[in-house]
Amino acid sequence: MNRFVQRWAVFVGLVVVWELLTWFAEDPFFPRPSEIVVAAHGLWFSGPPGDLFLTDAVFEHMLPSIGRLLAGWSIAAVLGISLGVALGRSATATDYAGPLLTFMRSIPPPLLVPVFLLVFSAGTQMQLATIVFGVLWPILLNSVDGARSVDTTKFETSAVFRIPKAQWILGVVLPSAAPKIFAGLRVSLSLSLVLMVVSELVGTDNGIGSQLLVAQREFDFPDMWAGILLLGVLGYALNTVLLAFERKALAWQPKQERTPATVEEKV
Amino acid sequence: MTAMLEVADLGHTYQAKDGAHTAIADLSFTVGTGELVCVVGPSGCGKSTLLRTISGLIRPTRGEISLHGNEVRGVPDDLAVVFQDYSRSLFPWLTVQKNVEFPLRRSLGRAERRARAAEALEWVGLSDADRKYPWQLSGGMQQRVAIARALAYRPALLLMDEPFASVDAQTRFELEDLLLKVRTEQDTTVLVVTHDIDESVYLGDRILVLSTSPASVVADLKVDLPAQRDQITTRESEAFVALRAEVARLLNVGKTSEEVKARRKANEQQAAKWAEAERAETERAEVSRDEAEERATT
Repeated sequence: MNRFVQRWAVFVGLVVVWELLTWFAEDPFFPRPSEIVVAAHGLWFSGPPGDLFLTDAVFEHMLPSIGRLLAGWSIAAVLGISLGVALGRSATATDYAGPLLTFMRSIPPPLLVPVFLLVFSAGTQMQLATIVFGVLWPILLNSVDGARSVDTTKFETSAVFRIPKAQWILGVVLPSAAPKIFAGLRVSLSLSLVLMVVSELVGTDNGIGSQLLVAQREFDFPDMWAGILLLGVLGYALNTVLLAFERKALAWQPKQERTPATVEEKV
Repeated sequence: MTAMLEVADLGHTYQAKDGAHTAIADLSFTVGTGELVCVVGPSGCGKSTLLRTISGLIRPTRGEISLHGNEVRGVPDDLAVVFQDYSRSLFPWLTVQKNVEFPLRRSLGRAERRARAAEALEWVGLSDADRKYPWQLSGGMQQRVAIARALAYRPALLLMDEPFASVDAQTRFELEDLLLKVRTEQDTTVLVVTHDIDESVYLGDRILVLSTSPASVVADLKVDLPAQRDQITTRESEAFVALRAEVARLLNVGKTSEEVKARRKANEQQAAKWAEAERAETERAEVSRDEAEERATT
C-alpha cells in the first residue's frame, strides 16, 4: 500500500504542476489537465444510462480501434510463436532465414502503410496488415531465441525417455522459451498501440487515430489531448493485463525476474 | 545370470574439424540382470561417449550393443538415465510429481501415472515434496527426484552419469545409500559411470576400469564386499581399502612419471575437442530423431 501511494504521489504531483503551469500560461495549444478530463468525459462518458453512459464515439471509434489492435497483435502472436519455435529448433532453418528476418524487421512498419494501402483495401484490412507486420518481428525473434535456448541436458533427457514430438514441443520447448516469448509479446503490445494509431491516420475516418487527427485539424485541442490521454491509459491498461497474465503463466520461475527482450522497442 | 546389457567390440570415432578423435576403442563387457556395475576411468577417457552410445543418443562407429538381446538402434524403450546436472535435467516449470509423471504420459493413463509417481517418490523418501517445484528443494533432493523419475519409468537398465558429482560429500553418502537401497528393493539393473574410485568400490558389484583414451577395459573387478554396505564400516574394511588401492593403481593415480603426465595433458586437451564434437553430434541426433519420427508416422 505504501509503495502504491509513493508511486502515484509523483504522478499526481506532476499533474498538479502541469495544471498550475497551463493555468498561468493560458496557451490554447496546452489546455489545462482539468479541461482535458472534462473534454474526455464529454467525448466518451456522457452517453445515455442505457449504454452505461458511454457515447457513440466509444462504440464507433474506440472499441473498433481496440479490437483491431488486439486482433492484429493476436494474429502476430500466433504466427510469431509458431514460426519462431519451428525456426529456433532447426539450426539450418535459422541459418537460411536469419538474414531475411533481420532485413524485414529493419523496415520501419509505418513506412509500409502506403504499400499496404495499395495491396489491401483501405480500412480494416490495411490496418490489420500494418499492425501484424509491424509487431510480428519482436515476437518471432524472441521465440526463435527462446526455442534455441533449450539446454542439451533437457534435450537428452527428453530423447532418453522417448518423449513424443508434440509433448517435446508443447511440454519442453514452449515452457523453456516462455520467458523470452513473453518479453517479445510485451514489446509488441506497446508497438501495436503505436501502429494502430498510425494506420488510422490515412484512408479512414474511423478509429482513435482518425478522431485525433480530426480534433487537431479543427483546432479542438482539449479533444486532441483527450485522445492522447486515452492512448496513454490504454497502453498502461493493456500492459498491466499482460503482466498479470505473464506472472500467472511464469509463476513456476524461481525469481520473478523479467527476461529482457532480444529485440527492444523501435518505431 | 543372464546378461541384461552386452557391449561387444565397441568403438567410437568423432569426426572433428582437425581430424578424427577416437574416444572408445575395442570396448567389451556385459552387465548381468540385477547387477550394479560401476564404470570408472580418468576424466576425458570417453566415459560419457560410452554412456551416450548405450543410451542410443549417438550411434557408435564400430561394434554392437544389445539390451536384453535386442540390438540398440536409437534410444531403447526401457532405458532411463540419471544425469549429473539435475538442475537442468528436471523441468523447472513442473512440480516434483509432474516431473516424475512426464515420461509416463506417452504410455499410461492419468490415474496410473499418478500412482506410479507417488510410489517412486516414496522409494526415494520424497512423498511430502510432490507439490513443490524442483528449485524449492536442495540439490540432493533434486537428484532424488531425478532418480524417482527414472525408477517410475521401470527401466530394464538404469544408466547413471556421474550422478552424485554435483552434491556435497554428506549428501553424496546419503544418495549412495539410497541408490543401494532402492536397487535392492526394486531389483534394478544399474550402470553407474563415475570418476570417483571410492564411490565405484562402495556402490558396485563389479567395477570396470577404463584406460585413458581411447577407452578400453583395463580390468573387470568383482567387488567382494558384503551386499549390505555401510558408509563407515565398509569403507574402513580391509577388502575395501585393498580394492580401492587396486583401482587407483590401475588408473595410475598419483604417478608422476613424465610419460604419464604428458599423456594426461594430451588427454585433457583432447577432452575439450571431444566435448565440441560431442555437442555437434547431439545436435545432429535431434535432426535424425525428427527424421526417424517422420518416417515412423508416414
